Amino acid sequence: MASSKASRLGEDRRTRMDKVNAELVVLTYGTIVAQLCKDFDSDYVEVNKQLDKMGYNIGMRLIEDYLAKSNTVRRCSSFRETAEMIAKVGFKIFLNITPAITNWTSDGKQFSLVFDENPFADFVELPDDGRAQDELWYSNIMCGVLRGALEMVQMQVEAHFVSDVLRGNDTTEMRISLIRYIDDELPPEDD
Amino acid sequence: MSYYFAIIGTQDNPLFEYEFGTSKQGGDGQARFSEQARHLNQFVLHSSLDIVEEVQWTNGQLYLKVIDKFFNNYISCFMTGGNVKFLLLHQPTATAAGATRNSTSVGANPTSPQTEEAIKNFFNEVYENYIKAIMSPFHKVNMEIRSPVFRQRVAAAGRKYL
Repeated sequence: MASSKASRLGEDRRTRMDKVNAELVVLTYGTIVAQLCKDFDSDYVEVNKQLDKMGYNIGMRLIEDYLAKSNTVRRCSSFRETAEMIAKVGFKIFLNITPAITNWTSDGKQFSLVFDENPFADFVELPDDGRAQDELWYSNIMCGVLRGALEMVQMQVEAHFVSDVLRGNDTTEMRISLIRYIDDELPPEDD
Repeated sequence: MSYYFAIIGTQDNPLFEYEFGTSKQGGDGQARFSEQARHLNQFVLHSSLDIVEEVQWTNGQLYLKVIDKFFNNYISCFMTGGNVKFLLLHQPTATAAGATRNSTSVGANPTSPQTEEAIKNFFNEVYENYIKAIMSPFHKVNMEIRSPVFRQRVAAAGRKYL
């Protein structure tokens, strides 16, 4: 019930948004990744880190845009609901995809997003230097975005990719784990 | 019928090459070039680049059909909008060239409309896949195409049309 509501909400908000040519996005993002690979001399571990950092900075600001556009001022009642909103509203609005939510752990703190399609990865073939296939997470910026966005709504999460079709895996899967809800912390007292 | 296909960059530098044989008329898709001919093929193919320059402005088409002939080697050319050349050397097997009864079959008669059409289809399919290959962010202009996926797709196009 809540799930289909979220889908409708995502679809509805998306149609109201201005859209941009998908190839522009693909090429721009591709250029960023390729340039990072060049700048860091194909140190893919570092490239992953940089992408995550870029995403984090995007996410911290994007959450405001998301809240404004989705008109959901209400807090999610559970992490499960958060997951629904991320997949069915967030991804729908910004990338027009709806990743599937699977593999919940029993404590409800970890889940996977499985991407049937990844708009960033069109045309992409990882460099065939024998390392990129094992080290580079091409779409790692998304992990950062989620981490940044959720942090701004008092959720500290850890997100990373566990498989990617670009690497030859069957699916593209991102694992997200809730570390803790961030309590409003009082500023250190002025003595 | 044996084929040697090459993509030549804007600086007349080779980007990709692939050898295959016909899959029509019970062909097994294997090239039947002699060891000597294989080296000669590259030479013959590149020497026709001069002809490409001569004919490329004569009509507005991307597909230039057979532009050059060297003994039993025919060179078909397709120019992309970005001045990258697709060249296909086709060499009818001696028996096929001599036999007139199946002259309409693709391969037996390299300048027949059927053959031209088949090669055109082949080029068009390769062109589509070429665009996808060069759209990869890790690809640079005039860089050798190493993608195994692209090679597979060229092979598939060869099997399908030639």
